[in-house]
Amino acid sequence: MVHEASAPDERAEQFDAWVADENKVEPQDWMPEGYAKTLVRQISQHAHSEIIGMQPEGNWITRAPSLRRKAILLAKVQDEAGHGLYLYSAAETLNVSRDQMEADLMSGKAKYSSIFNYPTLTWADVGAIGWLVDGAAIVNQIPLCRCSYGPYARAMIRVCKEESFHQRQGFELMMALSQGTPEQKAMAQDALNRWWWPAVQMFGPPDHDSPHSAQSMAWKIKRFSNDDLRQKFIDMAVKQAQALHIEIPDPDLKFNEETGHWDTGEINWDEFWAVVKGHGPCSRERMANRRKAHNDGAWVREAATAFAAKERARAEKVAA
Amino acid sequence: MTNDAKGKGGWPLFEVFIRSKQGLSHVHAGSLHAADAKMAIENARDVYTRRNEGTSIWVVPSDAISASAPEDKGTLFDPADSKIYRHPTFYTVPDDVECL
Repeated sequence: MVHEASAPDERAEQFDAWVADENKVEPQDWMPEGYAKTLVRQISQHAHSEIIGMQPEGNWITRAPSLRRKAILLAKVQDEAGHGLYLYSAAETLNVSRDQMEADLMSGKAKYSSIFNYPTLTWADVGAIGWLVDGAAIVNQIPLCRCSYGPYARAMIRVCKEESFHQRQGFELMMALSQGTPEQKAMAQDALNRWWWPAVQMFGPPDHDSPHSAQSMAWKIKRFSNDDLRQKFIDMAVKQAQALHIEIPDPDLKFNEETGHWDTGEINWDEFWAVVKGHGPCSRERMANRRKAHNDGAWVREAATAFAAKERARAEKVAA
Repeated sequence: MTNDAKGKGGWPLFEVFIRSKQGLSHVHAGSLHAADAKMAIENARDVYTRRNEGTSIWVVPSDAISASAPEDKGTLFDPADSKIYRHPTFYTVPDDVECL
């Protein structure tokens, strides 16, 4: 822990030693500005992803093929909202206001995961998202449960507990389709074809192109590099695709006897950067929906504020 | 908890405590914004107890909590370090005497 009385450069040194030794940092503790800034960026980006991530799947709630699937999808989308809220509240412990974070999302200043800028064209996409997107998210998020910043780590533990249901319902949905009629199996394959590469890109740019990674790892915010996590996901997903009897859309995919891992073909990073910069197939729609929902909800927030003030005034009058 | 307890259109921040089952204490689960305490409880139910995590909820306005300062950690808690006689393992007693 850092002593408040220490000289500034000593504080930074004490801080680095404290986190290097696997200790946790709590909101009131002294921390370097860069550490707080990195966390605010990462946690708010993560929260925004959960909130925007409700849209692709929300698209299918009214068209789910059975009541069972509809109830599952509703619960999953509600979980995403919950995850966004856990994360916003973790970010707020770093003295950034919720209003500011929301404003940054809606102005386009803050980013969210590029995966959510792809469309959900068929029902099978709901399965592919659960299986691959939530599967990738789990690989990414499990190490975050050990993040050095206490509130973030605690939020991630809660998120990870719930995320497993998301992945399993997606896999089960894909299994139902892949064991169904030829048309259903084709739907599952088509969804895998469209979601595979965006899911692989979810882990972010390759290590040599990820400038902040080294510092984040030294601060124990990040535990594994983008490429290591990506490889873990690929190895896992290849076996799962085999179990589903559908093909990963990569002719160069092959098992590397030497490394014991699956090697993929080249990843299209130009596409990734284009989507990050806001040129994804649904980027404008996602943002427009978010802004509309926020604006349409304004009267509800105002009414709730007015009602709370009225109730408070009434209670004070009774007391007086 | 934050110094900036306002946000979300001026709605105050509430800290949420959940009792997971009868017989256990309420434990801090997280925080949320709400117009008033009643709404905070309703929202806490949706945000923090979607999977039977709770049997009771407390919400407390964040700015109503007083906390010890991190720099007082030494003054407050170090004195206990030297009082090892407060722990039962400090005492040597014969192995063959029961119920000790």
